[in-house]
Parts: sequence; C-alpha cells; structure tokens
Amino acid sequence: MTRHLRVDGPTHDDRLDQMAQGVIGQPLNRLEGPLKVSGRATYAAEARPRDLAYGVLVQAAIPAGTVLDIGDAPGALAVIQDKRMIRYAAQGLDQKGPTSGPDRVEYMGQSIALVVAETFEAARHAAQTIAVRYKPEEVPVDPESVTPELPPKKQSAAGDVDKAMREAAFALDRVWRTPSQMAAAMEPHAAIAEWDGDHVTIRAALQMLSSNRKQMADALGIRESKLRLLSPYVGGGFGSKLGINAEAVAAAIAARELGRPVMVAMTRQQVFDLAHRRSETRQRIRLACDAGGRLTGIGHDVLVSTLPGSEFTEPVAQATPFTYQAAHRQVVHAVARIHRGCAGSVRAPGEAVGVTVFECAMDELADMAGIDPVDLRLKNIPDVEPTTGRPFSSHKLAEALREGAKRFGWSDRRPTGQRAEGEWFIGMGMAAAVRVNMLQESRARVTLVQDGHAIVETDMTDIGTGTYTILGQLAAEMLGLPPDRVEVRLGDTQFPPASGSGGSFGAASSGNSVFLACEEIRGQIAKAMGCNEADLTLQDGMARAGNIVRSLSELVNGTITGEGHLQPGKTEKSHRQATWGSHWAEVAVNRWTGEVRVRRMMGVFACGRVLNEKTARSQCLGGMSFGIGIALTEALEHDPRDGHAVSRDLAEYHIPTHADVPALEVHFLPERDAYVGPLQAKGLGELGICGAGAAVLNAIHNACGVRVRELPATPDKIIAGMDP
Amino acid sequence: MQITLHLNGTSHPLDVDPRTTLLDALRHHLGLTGTKKGCDHGQCGACTVLMDGRRINACLTLACMAEGHDITTIEGLGTPGNLSPLQQQFLDHDGFQCGYCTPGQICSATGMLEEIAAGWPSHVSDSLDGPYDLTHAEIAERMSGNLCRCAAYTNIVAAIRQAAQGTREDAA
Ligand code: FES
Ligand code: FES
Repeated sequence: MTRHLRVDGPTHDDRLDQMAQGVIGQPLNRLEGPLKVSGRATYAAEARPRDLAYGVLVQAAIPAGTVLDIGDAPGALAVIQDKRMIRYAAQGLDQKGPTSGPDRVEYMGQSIALVVAETFEAARHAAQTIAVRYKPEEVPVDPESVTPELPPKKQSAAGDVDKAMREAAFALDRVWRTPSQMAAAMEPHAAIAEWDGDHVTIRAALQMLSSNRKQMADALGIRESKLRLLSPYVGGGFGSKLGINAEAVAAAIAARELGRPVMVAMTRQQVFDLAHRRSETRQRIRLACDAGGRLTGIGHDVLVSTLPGSEFTEPVAQATPFTYQAAHRQVVHAVARIHRGCAGSVRAPGEAVGVTVFECAMDELADMAGIDPVDLRLKNIPDVEPTTGRPFSSHKLAEALREGAKRFGWSDRRPTGQRAEGEWFIGMGMAAAVRVNMLQESRARVTLVQDGHAIVETDMTDIGTGTYTILGQLAAEMLGLPPDRVEVRLGDTQFPPASGSGGSFGAASSGNSVFLACEEIRGQIAKAMGCNEADLTLQDGMARAGNIVRSLSELVNGTITGEGHLQPGKTEKSHRQATWGSHWAEVAVNRWTGEVRVRRMMGVFACGRVLNEKTARSQCLGGMSFGIGIALTEALEHDPRDGHAVSRDLAEYHIPTHADVPALEVHFLPERDAYVGPLQAKGLGELGICGAGAAVLNAIHNACGVRVRELPATPDKIIAGMDP
Repeated sequence: MQITLHLNGTSHPLDVDPRTTLLDALRHHLGLTGTKKGCDHGQCGACTVLMDGRRINACLTLACMAEGHDITTIEGLGTPGNLSPLQQQFLDHDGFQCGYCTPGQICSATGMLEEIAAGWPSHVSDSLDGPYDLTHAEIAERMSGNLCRCAAYTNIVAAIRQAAQGTREDAA
C-alpha cells in the first residue's frame, strides 16, 4: 500500500523524536563507506561488460556554424554522427531531452561526433586527429557586447530606490563581477550503454534518475519503459550531473549501431567544455540606509549569460527579496544571449554568487556607516517576507549571527589594517548565509522482512551527500531496527522514482517518502498488535504496545511492504522557506605578495532537523570550501575571440586544495521546521557555500583595506589595491 | 605489447597497446577500478598508487614503465571487511563524501607517512632535517596533490593524524 502526503500544512508532532531506536541524527559512519575507502564502490565507468568498445567524443573547433563533413578514422570501428546526439546537457528536472543535431555548432568544444574503437587509446587518437570541415559563423561571445533580454517575470520593484538613495544617510552603489565557475566534480561524466533487444541499460554519472530517464527516452526516441538507468555511486555532482549529457546519449546510439556495449568517458577538458558552467555575473548593488543603519533601499541589478534558446539563467538575486528589510527595492535580471558553453546549475545556483556579492556590499555599507557588520545585519532582519508579507517557515538568521559572533571571537576583531604578524596582515570577516528551501515529489518502497531486516528502495542517488546512510537511519528509527539491519538500494530506475539529488531538496524529499513508507508498515504492525499506530513502540526488532511485547518475526509473515509518496503542497506558497546561517573567516594577507591564507573559518547553520550530524557537517565543510574557491581561486576564463573555456582543466581551474583549507568548524542550531513535511528537515547541501566567499573577502578588507570586486581575489588584484 | 605487472602481490601478464597508461591498464584491462581517473594529466591525484612503496600518479606512468616494480593499489591495502588503519580512520572521520578521490587520498597518505618517517622535509617544514610533527599544516601541504571537490579536507587531515598516531603508539 502507498501512503501519500501532500505538504499542505504544518507538522507539529515531532514524530521522529518519539521513536525509540534513537539513531536519527546520530553521527553514524556512512553505510557504503567501507566500499568507498577500499575502492570497491563502482562508479559510472566501472562496469566491465564483455566485448566493451570505447568511444571518445569529437569536439567542435569553431564557436558557431555548420559541420560540413567529418573525415574517416583509420583504426576505428565507427565514426558516429547521429541527429539524435545532443548539443548540450539537459537542465535539472527537464522533462525532455535537450536540443539535438550535432551538425550545428553553438559553442566551441560542443560535441559533434563520436569515434568508437576496440581500445581507448585508438579511440582517443582517432578523435583527436579526425578531420572536420565547417562553415563557421560570426557570433557574439562577450555578455557585455550584446543588448540583453529583460524577462518580465524576473524583474521586480517596489517604491523608488533612486529616491531612497538620494535621501539616505549612507548610500552605496557599486559593481561586482564574478567569472564563470565550474562544478568540477572529481568523477568525469561517463556512461556505459548496453542493449538487449530493444531495451537499453545505461550506467551513467547522474544526479536525478527519474527525470534523466524522461530526458534520455526523449533524446533516443524510445519509450521510458525500454530504458533503465543505473547510478549506484556518483563521484560528485554539484549540479553538473543534473541532466543527461552528450556522452550518455552518444554511448547509447553507438551501442545500438555496433551491437555491443560501448563506454564513453569524457576527458577532464571535455567536462569543462560540456558540463554547464555557472554564468559569469555582473552585479550592481545599491544600498541606502538611515543614520542608524536601517536599510531604506535595496537594488540588485544582475547581468548573466547563456546560449540562445536555453531557459535556465542564473537566479543571482533569488534571496535578495527576502533576506533584508527595506521599503524601496528593485531587482533587475538581464540575460545576454551569447555563445559560450551552456550555463546551468552549479551548487546553489543564484545564492552562491548572489549572496556572496550582496554580503560584500553589506560589509562595505557597514564600513561606510561606521556600524559593526553583525549589527547592521541584525538591524535589518524582516519579520515577514518583505515583498509578499508571507510568514517565514522558520527564521534563524539572528540566532546564527549571535551564536557565530560569540563562538568565533568576533569581539576581538580590530579596525581595518591594524593587526599584523610579521609580513602578514590579519583580518576577520563575516557574512550571512541564506538559501531558498524546497521539496520535490518523491517515492520510496520499504520492505520489512520476517528475520528482522529491512530494505529501502528508491531511484534516489547518493552523490556524496549521505543518502544511503540517512535513508537507512530513517528506516531504522521508524521500524525499530539497528542501522546495520537496513539495506538501502539506490540509483536504479527500476525502483520507485525519487526527487533525485539537486537543489538541496534530496534528503528531505526522499527522506519524507521513506518516512511515509515506514508509517505504512507501522500501521500494518499496529493492526497485528491490535493497537493504534501512535501507541506502537518499535525497538531492536521488538514491538511493544501497553504491556504486550512481541518480536517482529512473530508479527511479520514473510514480508511487509509499504510505499511512500511525498508531494510538495500549499506550504510552498503559504510560507517563505529558507535555510539560514552565518560565515566567519580569519585570513592573513601577505603585505609583499598579496597572497591570502585562510587561517580559520567557521559556519553556523540552521536547516531544520539534522538527520546525521556527521554527513551533514561534511556537506557544510564542502560548501564552505567552495566558498574559499569562489573568493580566492576559481575562474573559468573565456577566450575573448571565440568564447572557448581557456582554463579547462584542474591545473588551470583552481579548486581549493588541502593547503588552501584550514580545519573548518561547523555548528548546527537545533531546529524543527514544521512546514517542510513530517521530517521537519530542510536542505543543507548548498547553504554552506552561500555567502562563505564573502566572509573571506570581507576578512581580506579588514586585514589590509583592499576590496576586490572582480572575483576571485588573486594576489595581483590585492597588490594593486594596496598602498605602495 | 606483452608485459607483466606485479600488482598487490600477484603477477599479471598483459597484452596492451604501448600507449596504455598504468591507470588504464588497471581500470580497463585488469578490472581494478578502485584507482580513479579524475584528470588523466597528473593534476588531481585520484589515480595515486604506490610503486615500490612510493606514491605515483598512475595516469602519468605508462603500463610498460611499471614492469619490474611492485605496485600497490587501494585494493591491496584493505578489504571492506578488513580495512587498513588509514581506511578505518577515513571511515570514522568521514574523510570523504562521494568517495571518488578517496582511494587516491588513502594511497597518497600511506606513501606520505612513509616519507615523513624517512625524514623528508616539505615546503612548510621548519628545517630540512626531521623528525617532523604531524601538524595540520604539514599534512595539508604534503597532501595537496590530491584534490577533493567534496572538500573533505578537514576530515581527511584529522583521519591521517589519528591513523599516524595509532601507528606511532603501536611502534612505541
Ligand atoms: S587522474 Fe592522475 S592525477 Fe588526475
Ligand atoms: S570525496 Fe568526493 S572528491 Fe573527494
């Protein structure tokens, strides 16, 4: 039986807290951990079907135009250019395949064909040396060179920001720029496709199998029922594997044509070309406040870019309408249609760069008004969502700010440029963290077996987020089993369709579906016990109601199966849902070289119920480190002539390394959010990145007085800003 | 070409294209996919294995160059039911998330601790002569050839320190 729930109202009964097993929230080790640390977890490119052939994608060497013809590839089994091959990746949650037709080129590096050979070495050589003739076209590649679109739905205004700026005691009007950024998950995209008659199984690196299956079926022109996707382990996603990409479609087409399994793994450089980039942004921020530091005007004008025809545009100002109060406000969202690689979701689309820049602006305003940066934020926290009057589902920003200031030792912060150790200036900075919260439809099946173990099945993925572990913990808690008695099966479209991993909604959405499935099972056990489900206690394989105690093996005849189905509902609209936090950083800036070292960094986060404190903390560590990258090192540079990604590998695109990241500190504020389903848990995978970079950049200013507004803050820019 | 690899204590005769890297020999020819490919260009460390006890990038080593050497991969360090002390500490400290860089981190850490024991200095060492304390900075510096986009760095360093302490105490 399936238990459905649409989240139309609050859940105030803390069901999970009433359970007896006591495992939810506990910092348990990852269920699949032993496989990962011993190299036995198998990722996309790691199955070895018999007779496997190797494919390597051929990439366009022009920014736009037509492919006239593609030469032969001596030594290869096939050169495949099929009209179903896609030009760029699908966006997250797309229900259809992306634009196909590899004979048209829309950006430099686009996939235009696949070479298949008996060995990887032969395929790589052929793909790199194959002759291609083009008819090139002139296209714009610089976002500031075209007249941007202003999609009406994405503009908003209330009052008169210009007037607020004129009348303000303090007014800040500045422009920031952030470069294109990449997810750069450590596992390059890869797929292995194998046909059995008219049925294809594709093993791939994907975050959201149920929507990926729709995209893939549409791209291949087959029915969904003829397609199975497998992603048992995914080597990181961060948005880059939300939608199907060129390698998986090409592998399926080639495997069909050759009648044997084909593997296509992208090279690292291809990942940089073919995975979505986070759009570069230009952000003008205007802030007006009165003498006491209360904001009267907020303006956030944004310019982002993507390919013509692509719907997703980086929602930079997404959190601006509800983070701070001000009577006069305006958001401008401009989109330049240019021919750089396709833009899409990279960890925390919108807030990752939007909150980061906004929080730098808040720091500048605090400086200008002579107000402590923490106080400035505390003075401007709204009671309800300012633009709509909706209540917040929960709101912990003030607490996160106060708690963080205390724990980090904020009161020790000195005025700008007044602390030095040898040749290093030392400074402290902070920023607020905020990220929208959402749920997605999700289903799961749980089977309780007579011998006292349970199996959880859903096509949810674990991309490093801890899904295996938290879903196992949830089932263990609800069914009263030790966690090692729960087996979790994920990443297979034969299981009930889940939300997938993206937008920080994975844990709460899939977790609620497992919760519901377990409630269904509990109902059946209660019936067998002759009690109400609410009076049933399950613990260590025993069922208790009043003074009746029976073992599950007596109660379960064979198996009991329950399915759970969660849908977002009215609380999505009735309440502004968000997660909150604060970021803190202490940096050292070298007075001669401009080098920045992050010495200490701390985050305080509120995300509703924490399902596993260990894996939750790791999510935050990851986000905060991304923030260090945004602040200091990460930039996907584009060639001004043809738009191609220049820094397209891990030697040129600098993600933080061990030496860049100090021992980070994470604290959670205890919280139950009643408006996000019975788990009372919100998303966490992205909050850690939102604003983290601003804490670092603000600390740089506190250390040495330099404001870098063209990210990242590399030594050359810091030196240029220092007094000679 | 015909070669023989000595791998995790066993000899494996192989027939490979001369262009085959040690990494691809492991992954494509021997089905040992524990060693990961993150960049294929010596930029990420995901492919780190031990050659005669020293850490190397398997993607920068041709398979034929590995002949005559003892190669240890992650599969040779421990099994899910019998983890090495480092593997166990990675598990306990959550020194990974997606797990893709993890075999490389663990092989690298195994070799790195040997380098410290042998008195090799690093860029952040105070002197050129050991012994060296296993400080956060010392470990982070020496592990910086192993990228982790999940950024489990804080936990990885803690795991390595704990494992090394255990080993030092065992030796004492
Ligand atoms: S795969 Fe060898 S260093 Fe990246
Ligand atoms: S654990 Fe994912 S890259 Fe390190």
